[in-house]
Amino acid sequence: MTSLLRGDRGGWILFALVILLMVYIPIGNLALSADHPLYVSTYTVTLLGKYLCFALLALSLDLVWGYLGILSLGHGAFFALGGYAMGMYLMRQIGDRGVYGNPELPDFMVFLNWDALPWYWYGFDQFWFAMLMVVLVPGVLAFVFGALAFRSRVTGVYLSIMTQALTYALMLAFFRNEMGFGGNNGLTDFKDILGFDIQADSTRIGLFLASGFALLAGYLACRSIVTSRLGRVAVAVRDGEDRVRFLGYSVTKVKLAIFTFSAVLAGIAGALYVPQVGIINPGEFTPVKSIELVVWVALGGRATLYGAVLGAVTVNYLKTEFTGLMPEAWLFALGALFVLVTLFFPRGLAGFRLPWKSAK
Amino acid sequence: MKYLDSLREFMRPDRVFDVVYRPESAHVDIAQRDILYIEDLTVSFDGFRAINNLNLYIEAGELRCLIGPNGAGKTTLLDILTGKTKPDSGSAWFGRNIDLLRLKEPEIANLGIGRKFQKPTVFENHTVLVNLELAMFGGESVWSTWRGRISGEQNDRIGGVLEQIGLAEQRDVLAGSLSHGQKQWLEIGMLLMQSPILLLVDEPVAGMTHQEMDRTAELLRSLAGEHTVVVVEHDMEFVRSIADRVTVLHQGSVLAEGSMEAVQNNPEVVEVYLGE
Amino acid sequence: MPAFFFHAVAAFLLLAIITIAATPLAAAQDAGASDPFYEQAKTLVDASLKDRRGIVEQLAASDDPRLIPLLRHLLEGDLYYSKEDGELLVVDGDTDAVTSWLTDEAVEIGKSDRKKITTNNQLRGLLRDLIARLQLTNDDATVRYNAVRQLLGEEDDDTTETIRELIASEDDRETRELMQVVLDFERLSKEEQVEDDLFQRLSRRLEPEVKNKLTAYAESASPAMASNAADALEKIDARVRFYGHIETIFFGLSLGSVLVLAAIGLAITFGVMGVINMAHGELIMLGAYTTWVIQQWMPSNVGAALLLSIPAAFLVAGFVGVLIERLVIRYLYGRPLETLLATFGISLILQQAVRTIFSPLNRSVVSPSWMSGTLEINSVLALTNNRLVIIGFCLAVFALLSLVMQRTRLGLEVRAVSQNRPMARAMGIRSERVDMLTFGLGSGVAGIAGVALSQLTNVGPNLGQGYIIDSFMVVVFGGVGNLWGTLVSGFTLGIANKFLEPWSGSVLAKILILVFIILFIQKRPRGLFPQKGRAVEA
Repeated sequence: MTSLLRGDRGGWILFALVILLMVYIPIGNLALSADHPLYVSTYTVTLLGKYLCFALLALSLDLVWGYLGILSLGHGAFFALGGYAMGMYLMRQIGDRGVYGNPELPDFMVFLNWDALPWYWYGFDQFWFAMLMVVLVPGVLAFVFGALAFRSRVTGVYLSIMTQALTYALMLAFFRNEMGFGGNNGLTDFKDILGFDIQADSTRIGLFLASGFALLAGYLACRSIVTSRLGRVAVAVRDGEDRVRFLGYSVTKVKLAIFTFSAVLAGIAGALYVPQVGIINPGEFTPVKSIELVVWVALGGRATLYGAVLGAVTVNYLKTEFTGLMPEAWLFALGALFVLVTLFFPRGLAGFRLPWKSAK
Repeated sequence: MKYLDSLREFMRPDRVFDVVYRPESAHVDIAQRDILYIEDLTVSFDGFRAINNLNLYIEAGELRCLIGPNGAGKTTLLDILTGKTKPDSGSAWFGRNIDLLRLKEPEIANLGIGRKFQKPTVFENHTVLVNLELAMFGGESVWSTWRGRISGEQNDRIGGVLEQIGLAEQRDVLAGSLSHGQKQWLEIGMLLMQSPILLLVDEPVAGMTHQEMDRTAELLRSLAGEHTVVVVEHDMEFVRSIADRVTVLHQGSVLAEGSMEAVQNNPEVVEVYLGE
Repeated sequence: MPAFFFHAVAAFLLLAIITIAATPLAAAQDAGASDPFYEQAKTLVDASLKDRRGIVEQLAASDDPRLIPLLRHLLEGDLYYSKEDGELLVVDGDTDAVTSWLTDEAVEIGKSDRKKITTNNQLRGLLRDLIARLQLTNDDATVRYNAVRQLLGEEDDDTTETIRELIASEDDRETRELMQVVLDFERLSKEEQVEDDLFQRLSRRLEPEVKNKLTAYAESASPAMASNAADALEKIDARVRFYGHIETIFFGLSLGSVLVLAAIGLAITFGVMGVINMAHGELIMLGAYTTWVIQQWMPSNVGAALLLSIPAAFLVAGFVGVLIERLVIRYLYGRPLETLLATFGISLILQQAVRTIFSPLNRSVVSPSWMSGTLEINSVLALTNNRLVIIGFCLAVFALLSLVMQRTRLGLEVRAVSQNRPMARAMGIRSERVDMLTFGLGSGVAGIAGVALSQLTNVGPNLGQGYIIDSFMVVVFGGVGNLWGTLVSGFTLGIANKFLEPWSGSVLAKILILVFIILFIQKRPRGLFPQKGRAVEA
């Protein structure tokens, strides 16, 4: 681990902070009484847990955008797919406690007068199977899409628009009731996860800790790519794809491997996000969500992994504050953020600390 | 990854049946003296024939210069040889046994054909050392690029090339901050890391000072013999200083071929360069 | 006693109402004095059933335009008279609403105070025959055609007889053919054996009545005749299917026009200039809002407001486009991904601005009358006017834009700059100004697309979002930098979409199209009509 973080001061600070939170938050929430000045409310726990998931998502995007030069506008879709896989498991855990009391079918299927579970819902009552799908579904989609796109050398803006079209198509599909994923309302009303009550404070803490671990593990995994020769090849691909090809590397394979891995990370982030917020619906597929997360990375500073985390937390904190105080101003602020960051801070927040490293 | 790779290989349309597929032998067969056979090559863009029925043979180990006015098809020829452009008709063989037109860019690179671009294209966000390292491991699988580390022996090789191209002191400098000439040498260095059999060098001295040009000439001459070198260049003085044989291209086909002196006295060449 | 009293009050009140209401009516009655047709019609009231026949025949000799409606009311049993003053009344069979026959004004009258002018079978036969004959001998061929068309399937012996008399003298071909159908129907009903020609004739008709008649006939006729009828039915079905395809293509063209309109501005900014403008959809939205605002200003003149909206939307969207270009995009040339992000930010700001200014609710723009209605080609194919107008509008915009790009100084400069910027500058073209104007032009065209869209959907802050991805798909599919490609690709996608819809549903059709384009781009990354050559590589 230490070798992976060598020379990564931002990474060290991030690790210190996340580990500190992972120690303090459980104590602050479970051990202290509600009137203690250091008490942490369950709301805050969930909020921080959400930020950690977003940070992991931002990390996954930074890996492909910052290091590989692929501006994916489809990472929100991978995130949502992971979320849906988890949501399907949680739906099956409800069992006969739903409104209609059907032991087999989720409420929305009873409502649609379906008499049997669709085949693609089989197996989701098993946690291990659902977790496998959290990894496989986004991974396979990214692999197939990437294989098609990278092979025929769709690059740059074209690729971005293709990923956006993919997201858009998925959104349209998931809005349909006939798809069997709850349509407009998505999946919600979860009861418990692995037998623990999903509303309980201790479960929330567990999920928070899981998100923390996932973020740190994801960070290390990304570091191991970025610091390896693969990472250097990736940067070379970003800066001059043709040149890399002439050196004899298979650019397609490099892109495919990193893109697929990144989609899996996004899927895991989604899977951790869903039990904490208690709902997953097709709104997660809207193209706006996918682009919004690009601005997290842009603000934090692309091609610095800790920058992506910093950006995700900053923007989401601002969003929480804004939507609380004056909701209608949030889109103005977000829009302005897009414009200002691209015009004036192309290197993002992380760029402020690295003036001596700027190449151009 | 290995399985995915073999799956992809399996899915390749031209390799549906292994029985039918005849793998290219890795070793180029140069028993017949020549290393490059280009015959009847034609390619056109929007009706414009960039290469027109071109015939060209390059001997193994020689240093050949290709000259010709703008639009003569020099760069397009290199594009075809490296797999970037597919010609409309004709053939291009590497040695007697390898059909270049059937291969893709990385495969061609792995056969031992290296190319230096017109504009220096080094990886500006990497150091000189990393640039050479990347060049050395070209053709590696994704898995080994991720897990691989540099051995001591490989480090020595990089050191050797750094000496050869005169950038030993700039080892840890970002390539983006090198001077123009240094970038050109770095790129030649990157070519050398690939241990190429054939080097295709596109305008190596454009924008160089005289001293830099002399060093480049020296460098290229030292490479010939061990490697086959094809240089595309505009600067006549530089060409005279390095070339064994010169080929003049005009409107996509060979106009003249021979020693620099013979070519310069060829009336057709004189007309193309001076006339009109 | 109280009942009587109540009736008396009611009668008095009624009288009072009639007196008040009859003030203008009285004037009409005065006029009636010099209205012989009306006077004659009134004699129906007191005549016996037998006399009514005579009166009707006399009336029929008149050429008064009220004749046919009067006869029809009589035939359908809608003609009443007031017991009070013998005034002729018309009672709507469904709603029981009473109107005066003479003035067409509503009349309040109790059921017990009016009486139907009765008819018998004989009289009704006469009436039907008279009406048919009157219409069938009308000078206007359309009236005659419509009369036969209405008779079809409801013909009886009398009307058939009338038609048999008139068919020889009918000089309008379509009416004559339709008359022949009526005669053919009779033969189908009455004759055991009919010749092939008759089925041949009927198989060319598309009227649903013909289909019904043949279906019924096929069930009851002898096997040989039934199979003839079945053949004819099959031919009819084939033709109906054919016109169904034509209709689908028409729907596809109209959807394609919308796509082309939405995409063509993008084809300029993205295709020619290489600028990724994610706020393109919002420029369309601004155009639609401009239309709405102008309509608010002049609500009484919908058509003029719409025509005025076209230049206005062009200016508004074009101005905003120029602002975007000057303030943001020009600092980002050559950095397409950054441009994408910045313009996306702008799209968010524009959306929220519209939400704040106009409210987040959808607004609906009224369509002028010349855009409603349909153009009827035959019984199974009718083209709606608004779709026709949109298709025409799309082609006009396209033609105008091509003209601008091919024939004007600006178009020349735009093409020069897009092909080789340094060279164009060296030739003295002010490339900055060209960038600004090109972007303004593309944005203005987006605004015009908004005007068209406002006629088809509601105008709301999210209007543009729905079109941005479609627009990019159209441009990418057609080949970047190629206006023709955009036109062909828009129409192709529109038609493909409409053909997929019946068996996949509209959402799935859209998804299938998206997937198709994603796959298509794999095979032909530069679209349907790629630009070739060296310049593209750069």
